[in-house]
Amino acid sequence: MIEVKNLVKRYGDHTAVNGISFTVEPGKIYGLLGPNGAGKSTTMNIVTGCLAATEGTVTVGGHDIFENPKAAKKCIGYLPELPPLYSDMTPEEYLTFVAEAKKVKSGYVGGQVREVMEITGLTEMKDRLIRNLSKGYKQRVGIAQAMLGSPEIIILDEPTVGLDPKQILEIRELIRKLGESKTVILSSHILAEISAVCERVMIISHGNLVANDTIEHLEELANRSDKLRISVRGEKDAIAERLGSIEGIISVSEDGENDGIVTFDLELVKEKDLRDDIFFAMAEIKCPIVSMQYEQTTLEDIFLALTDDDIRPDENGVLPTVEEILEGRAKKAKETSYEHMTDEELEALAKDDEISEDEEDSSEEDDSDDNNTDDGGDDDYKPLFGGN
Amino acid sequence: MFSIFKREFKSYFTSVTGCIFIAFLLCFTGIYVTSINLRGGYASFEYVLSNIIIVFLLIVPLLTMRSFAEEKHTKTDQLLYSLPMSVTEVVLGKYLAMLAVFAIPVLIMAVYPVILSAFGYMAYKSAYLALFAFFILGAALIALGMFMSSLTESQVIAAVISFGALLLMYMMNGVASLIPASAVASLLCFCVLALLVGLILYSFTKNYAVSIGVFCLLVAGLIVFYLIDSSSFAGLFGSLLTYLAVFDRFTELTGGIFDVTAIVYLITFAVFFIYLTVQSVEKRRWS
Repeated sequence: MIEVKNLVKRYGDHTAVNGISFTVEPGKIYGLLGPNGAGKSTTMNIVTGCLAATEGTVTVGGHDIFENPKAAKKCIGYLPELPPLYSDMTPEEYLTFVAEAKKVKSGYVGGQVREVMEITGLTEMKDRLIRNLSKGYKQRVGIAQAMLGSPEIIILDEPTVGLDPKQILEIRELIRKLGESKTVILSSHILAEISAVCERVMIISHGNLVANDTIEHLEELANRSDKLRISVRGEKDAIAERLGSIEGIISVSEDGENDGIVTFDLELVKEKDLRDDIFFAMAEIKCPIVSMQYEQTTLEDIFLALTDDDIRPDENGVLPTVEEILEGRAKKAKETSYEHMTDEELEALAKDDEISEDEEDSSEEDDSDDNNTDDGGDDDYKPLFGGN
Repeated sequence: MFSIFKREFKSYFTSVTGCIFIAFLLCFTGIYVTSINLRGGYASFEYVLSNIIIVFLLIVPLLTMRSFAEEKHTKTDQLLYSLPMSVTEVVLGKYLAMLAVFAIPVLIMAVYPVILSAFGYMAYKSAYLALFAFFILGAALIALGMFMSSLTESQVIAAVISFGALLLMYMMNGVASLIPASAVASLLCFCVLALLVGLILYSFTKNYAVSIGVFCLLVAGLIVFYLIDSSSFAGLFGSLLTYLAVFDRFTELTGGIFDVTAIVYLITFAVFFIYLTVQSVEKRRWS
């Protein structure tokens, strides 16, 4: 349906999109995720032909968006970040205009406009000026506009921004309904929304596509082994030893002791529920279990891991795979678990961080000396909220 | 294209812009017709038209300032880009809508010669040809204003630069007479023009090599021509300005001589600025 190859967009020296490639298959709902400024909107703008790419090709329904834009744009309905509405028109007038501009056959314009107004719940508001509509209704007019001309692909840039919770649910339901017959790509900051609606997610970070997978598969990758957090009252070493002897436990790591209650993080094989075994083992050595809880890596954790600032392509321009990133994160988490550190250790760590940040700052200043004419001004600056 | 035309045309009347434009033009025509034709007893409608062209300085920016600046400001241009429609169609749709708004007062003005004929002999042919030329002049100036609007995001700036450009056009003859008639002065003026071309090119392409190359090439060409035949340079720039002065080309037309080259020039002027608008709107997609 959509084929994007090696898309690059540069604004002067700044690279907004850095060689993104992906394919969109018909009849699925795709979610585009990424932190602010990751290049989501830029990518969407290029795919819809609103923006020209510096490099790379976009093919929509077999038509190149740059060489054959009319045919390609006919396949796409697009809702930009800010709904492009003419405030001096009523929704009905506006939608009629868009339908005509999308070259809907004149006999079908009225019917189609009524249909999309019905679907998006605009019928009551059709005679008010768009200027006087609330943000939620404006957003609906934007979505209705994208649906006109029955395009096969609907691209929505943050469709639920500014809506109230009830409207969000309605719009989600609407997107799900659209997804039954059409291909939908939507971007969002709200992870719950993506996991509720989308079948596949594409995660963009710093202009790179770091993941393009189904949500289930991503979660599976992140949860290859089960993690169990368990607090037991008793002797630390004895518990650790007994836990280590249970078959199916991959690793045991201690995570603090408080009032004689020791907390452990266990990594378990996925195939078997080991909670019973652990219970009886602890009962054997007469150490009562205070709490026991499975820890799931959620989409949010995956998102945070994948959009980490450290994740950049290496010298050859190759990005680490999702597996590598998630594994690296697990390792990092182990190395920097602060809870068992003493206060002195933590202080030392904080100092280290400060020093390394200072170094970074000074190196940045060297690079961009023309931006920073006021030398030494940074030293006098006191942060508003006492942070760094 | 037709859908854009329809929307634009309608929006000129949902806002007051269209009405103010029409009212202003008709009001001025009324005042001049009363004072020249009715009170002055002068039987030439062409003369009225040649007097009221100064109104264009005010009303053309009023009409054109919002055409593209507002779209960019409210981000509705993204809709236009995502429609299955070429930029040329969008630009033409908007331009034709403005022409249609302008055509309304012109059509009403077409009644004046008929009314005036009640008082005596009326030269219909020259009156209507002058009115036609008046329309073409307006069309050319609207194209210029539309281009100015496509350059900026602010309607106010669009209006001000359109007004400035129109004022310059209006005073072109005066400016031309200021330039010394010597060949060297002409050469220098042409070099300044070449520099301007280079700068505009740079602002569009952000490419030093190309803009400096073009500038050098133009200057080199000028100097070669100057060395071959310096006498033809004498007064050349001034006469070029006079030739290009849009308003004065129109005034010639109202003198009773229907100069086709002037009409062709005005139409070329309009087409040139429509083309520039298309390029300028297209360029926004690249930046």
